[in-house]
Amino acid sequence: MKRFSTINLAALALGLAFLYLPIAILVIYSFNDSRLVTVWGGASLRWYRALFNDSAMLEAASVSLRVAFLSASAATVLGTLAALALTQRFRGKLMFSGMIYAPLVMPEVITGLSLLLLFVALEFQRGFWTIVVTHTTLTLCFVAVVVQSRLITFDRSLQEAAMDLGCPPLRTFLVITLPLIWPAVASGWMLAFALSLDDLVLASFVTGPGATTLPLRIYSEVRLGVKPEINAVCTIMIAVVAVGLIAASLLTKRSAAGAQLGGRV
Amino acid sequence: MTMERSRDWVMRAAILVPYLWLLALFLLPFLIVLKISFSQTVIAQPPYTPLLDLSAGWEGLKNFFAALSLENYATLFSDSLYAWSYLKSLQVAAISTAILLLIAYPVAYALARAPRRWQGLLVLLVVLPFWTSFLIRVYAWVNILQHDGLLNKALVALRIVDAPVTWLATDTAVYIGIVYSYFPFMVLPLFAALEKLDNTLLEAAADLGSPPWRTFFQVTVPLSLPGIAAGSLLCFIPIVGEFVIPDLLGSSSTAMIGQTLWTEFFGNRDWPVASALAVVLLCILVPPILIYRQREARRFEATR
Repeated sequence: MKRFSTINLAALALGLAFLYLPIAILVIYSFNDSRLVTVWGGASLRWYRALFNDSAMLEAASVSLRVAFLSASAATVLGTLAALALTQRFRGKLMFSGMIYAPLVMPEVITGLSLLLLFVALEFQRGFWTIVVTHTTLTLCFVAVVVQSRLITFDRSLQEAAMDLGCPPLRTFLVITLPLIWPAVASGWMLAFALSLDDLVLASFVTGPGATTLPLRIYSEVRLGVKPEINAVCTIMIAVVAVGLIAASLLTKRSAAGAQLGGRV
Repeated sequence: MTMERSRDWVMRAAILVPYLWLLALFLLPFLIVLKISFSQTVIAQPPYTPLLDLSAGWEGLKNFFAALSLENYATLFSDSLYAWSYLKSLQVAAISTAILLLIAYPVAYALARAPRRWQGLLVLLVVLPFWTSFLIRVYAWVNILQHDGLLNKALVALRIVDAPVTWLATDTAVYIGIVYSYFPFMVLPLFAALEKLDNTLLEAAADLGSPPWRTFFQVTVPLSLPGIAAGSLLCFIPIVGEFVIPDLLGSSSTAMIGQTLWTEFFGNRDWPVASALAVVLLCILVPPILIYRQREARRFEATR
């Protein structure tokens, strides 16, 4: 039985403290009653109340959630198809896989600039839909990588058996392949959703009048300095992500347990 | 027969749809950037000479090539502001990647050595902050580093410094922000490499009388080189083009290339120069991106 050694335990404790202290401080100060962000004036929900009367912020949150939902859903479909394609052999595959991997590390300023210039060249009305299309393009690559890593480890003989027994390909995919890879597809969707909700740089380039996402809104406030209200927005976003992740990990644990059980039978 | 054909048809659609999407929305935009970087700035909407007009036929094609100019690249090379900006970005990326490696390695090592029972939870704890917004994580440091922020209060209370230190708008703040934001990107590849480390090799080294520190540098580190390379590339490439962190935590006097491009585009509305900046930045990043891509492909082949 392996146990923690003192030095490893210290490294982990320091590493986790470094990761969590700044976030913890932000959360604590969102409950600060004082207008001065650095002076503790007792606990209160004052800034949360102020937030719910800030219609611009609420509108931005609603735009962000709609963009994230639409782009994550489109990216999941396209990304899953791309992952399937990556397991096949075809002409032009090298370029295809290059276009899947490059956006993962490409600086956002380049991707943002190039997509904006495309929309301008096509005389496309910029706004809500250009952000959706942009986020779909970036996040589909992340979905493809997540789903592909699942596709290469799963047992392909089941899929081949179904096809050999005369199951049409589309049906094979829906009945055999999809249920087997679905945890990866679901986590791909969540990743795409989180990335879209998070994006500031791409949205800055391709947005138009009337489409302000939450990060764009927060950014314009933060540039003017720290505001207690922003601490409150950030705390709510952290809470939403935390709840989503805990729910997801419970779900996958249950499906993993189910798969194990199925394996034993 | 029909079976085979429908199978082909479905598979072809699965390939074609994302392929066309990426061609239209990833590759084509780059070609446009390339074209505009060779265009002249005009005061109009949009602020550059028009794209290829195919309706004009051969004449249009001739005009297209005649209108190409190297003027924007000449601007780039004649003004040292741009060269400094590139150098600054490369310097910041190289130094922060080195710092990341130094502090992420012990954490990844400890994760890999942790009891199985705890490992899942600990990895989750390292990944979790990645899911919260990038902007929030950078903003959290604005809170801490501001003039009368918690860091200065703690330092003054502990009598480490007499008067509050200026942290915001310095390079130190940029490094702190970058290291903090990219930390999980470095830990995970290192962990993946260290986790696969064969324990018997370490035992053999110990049995043969190698002291632990020597085993670490002669066995552990060389065997984790793939993880070191993957983590470093995964951090270095995007840091070079980083915009949000230097914009919020750094000063405008020492702009990284991401900020310079942003200012040319949004501030000066000089789209051709911004495009030229992007093209040069891309050329700088192509070698590391290709190396990264090749390693990924090899890893993918290995797991098949």
